[in-house]
Amino acid sequence: MRLARAARRKGPGVSEESAPRAGGEVAVAEAPAEDERRPVLKRKDNRAWWLVLPVVVSVAFTAVIPLMTVVNFSVQDVFGPNDRVFVGLEWFRSVARDPEVRAALVRTLLFSAQVLLLEIPLGVALAVCMPRRGVQVSVALVLVALPLLIPWNVVGTIWQIFARGDIGLGGWTINNVLGVNFNYTLDSTDAWITVLVMDVWHWTPLVALLAYAGLRSIPEPYFQAAQIDGASAWSTFRHIQLPRLRGVLTIAILLRFMDSFMIYTEPFVVTGGGPGNATSFLSILLSKIAVGQFDLGPAGAFSLLYFLIVQILCYVFFTVLTRSGR
Amino acid sequence: MADIRLEGVGHSYDGGRTWALRPMTWTWRSARAYALLGPSGCGKTTLLNIISGLLTPTVGRVLFDGRDVTGVPTAGRNIAQVFQFPVLYEEMSVYDNLAFPLRNRKVPKKEVDRRVREVSRLLGLDALLGRRSRRLDAGRQQIVSLGRGLVRPQVAAVLLDEPLTVVDPALKWTLRSKLKEIHRDTGHTLIYVTHDQTEALTFADEVVVLNDGAIMQAGEPAELFLSPSHEFVGHFIGSPGMNMLPAEVVGDVVRVGECDVGAVTDGLPPGPVRIGVRPEFVRVAGAGLSPGVRARVTGVDRMGAYDLVHTVVGEHRVIAKTEAGAPYRPGAVEFLHFPAERTFLFRDEVRCGSLAPLDGRGPA
Repeated sequence: MRLARAARRKGPGVSEESAPRAGGEVAVAEAPAEDERRPVLKRKDNRAWWLVLPVVVSVAFTAVIPLMTVVNFSVQDVFGPNDRVFVGLEWFRSVARDPEVRAALVRTLLFSAQVLLLEIPLGVALAVCMPRRGVQVSVALVLVALPLLIPWNVVGTIWQIFARGDIGLGGWTINNVLGVNFNYTLDSTDAWITVLVMDVWHWTPLVALLAYAGLRSIPEPYFQAAQIDGASAWSTFRHIQLPRLRGVLTIAILLRFMDSFMIYTEPFVVTGGGPGNATSFLSILLSKIAVGQFDLGPAGAFSLLYFLIVQILCYVFFTVLTRSGR
Repeated sequence: MADIRLEGVGHSYDGGRTWALRPMTWTWRSARAYALLGPSGCGKTTLLNIISGLLTPTVGRVLFDGRDVTGVPTAGRNIAQVFQFPVLYEEMSVYDNLAFPLRNRKVPKKEVDRRVREVSRLLGLDALLGRRSRRLDAGRQQIVSLGRGLVRPQVAAVLLDEPLTVVDPALKWTLRSKLKEIHRDTGHTLIYVTHDQTEALTFADEVVVLNDGAIMQAGEPAELFLSPSHEFVGHFIGSPGMNMLPAEVVGDVVRVGECDVGAVTDGLPPGPVRIGVRPEFVRVAGAGLSPGVRARVTGVDRMGAYDLVHTVVGEHRVIAKTEAGAPYRPGAVEFLHFPAERTFLFRDEVRCGSLAPLDGRGPA
């Protein structure tokens, strides 16, 4: 909440505090004449810059250099280890025009939208229903957090089996008890639904936990005031709980958007992107180009565009969510 | 509007081991302005929450005009309450905040508008009605909270839990007199919780002093000041509080050390007592004006309009409030006189009698 508030005041982007005034620069070089008693500690000392070095090195090693490698690939046509040609922005153009990429982009956007529309309300509803005090709190927290503890590929495997019509409990029940023909390996809609439900099962708890933390931080007098003002349960939710969840929900939406927009492991395990292209999201297509076909140039350009889209959409979400509360 | 009666009401937060509020029977009479005065943690808020129904008392019954409401939830009690810190519906405008309690009760739109405008005029919120409430400063937000407490025309009581804590001092006085004015106009029963005696004494028709979960004394401001029935009330009300001095009843005379200070009324049995006298009534006289209690001056506070003369009698501190420019010097020996009609005797902290003039009696 406070994070969002601070950002709202100053607008998005770099806040004043975090502006690069690191190290000794922060200190006042010469104490003002009228304040002689100022401690001598506050002297300028440029050696403090060395303290930043470990961060610079590790970030460079793990993020900046790999990213630059990708940039390097994206503007070249690589034939072999020592055989490459500079091609400028050609890969960017061809990737942007590629109908397969465009279809995957639309698919991924649709998936993320559905994930947000389902998980955010469900998570909030779950959080509202969770107990507020007593032993039940721990029990509820553990139960809700359980899916979050399972590794992605295991989640994929669980659902791959669970949704099968022959041996999976879920798939079998749909086919034989409900009498609906359900087969995610053949039917694109069924495959889509399976992946979507799996994501909702896996990640709604995250939203619920964040929302629960947000709800718990609302001081008791707000609820007391609502009782005294004769507010119904719905209007208590609408006018007290929901507005005060803005901060945590902003974080929840950003996390769930980024994560679902880059979803890879679970659909890879469950459907492998199929049937046909029904569940081949951007990440699956990207890894096919990069690892499967080893087309490093197009894959590099694709990655950078992908990265850019995620950045832009997160920025838009953040701005809209934090500004709307003014 | 209703008489609110607490019958044997007490509350314990730890299953009966300690009382946050000791069982008490007390009636808040309709249309009066009460101040509930006491130090932090004495049970004021607990008492308030029991009246409003936010808390169900561990023992006892709550009656509104004879109707038992002990089990009735807050919404069914028709009570308004204002909290210590602003509690607002932040995304609503000031107008909507004020209208909220009325709209929830399905009051017709025209009536809502009339009430909101009336309250906003009284509290000086007219210019802010269209503003989003979270963009106001804390003081203004608290005034809006106050407005929400006052907007409902027919309430059994308005409970105010230290409502002016966050309001800045200049505005405090204005708002307090506004509240009194509103009380006069509407005839609401007001219960105003505070730990500030000035606030309590200036605001209320009747002040109820609470300490350690029990009502110590209730009465009009002057009564509490002039005639405290418990040592705590003497200490807590008045600034500085009442002087307390150990003394002894010998025969029918009260003695401090070697000195007789007065006769006993009411046939008090002999034994140790404490005499209580307010600094306002202690007279300091020079060495020549014996008899009096011998005291050594330790310091003088010049307060502008008056002086506070600090003295010690034996090892007990006694403060006297004198006219400005008192000629007393630290270290000097003076004699203190306690006027009989303003001096009380306490035993086990409870008032047990008062002082009578000596009239030359006693073992001289």
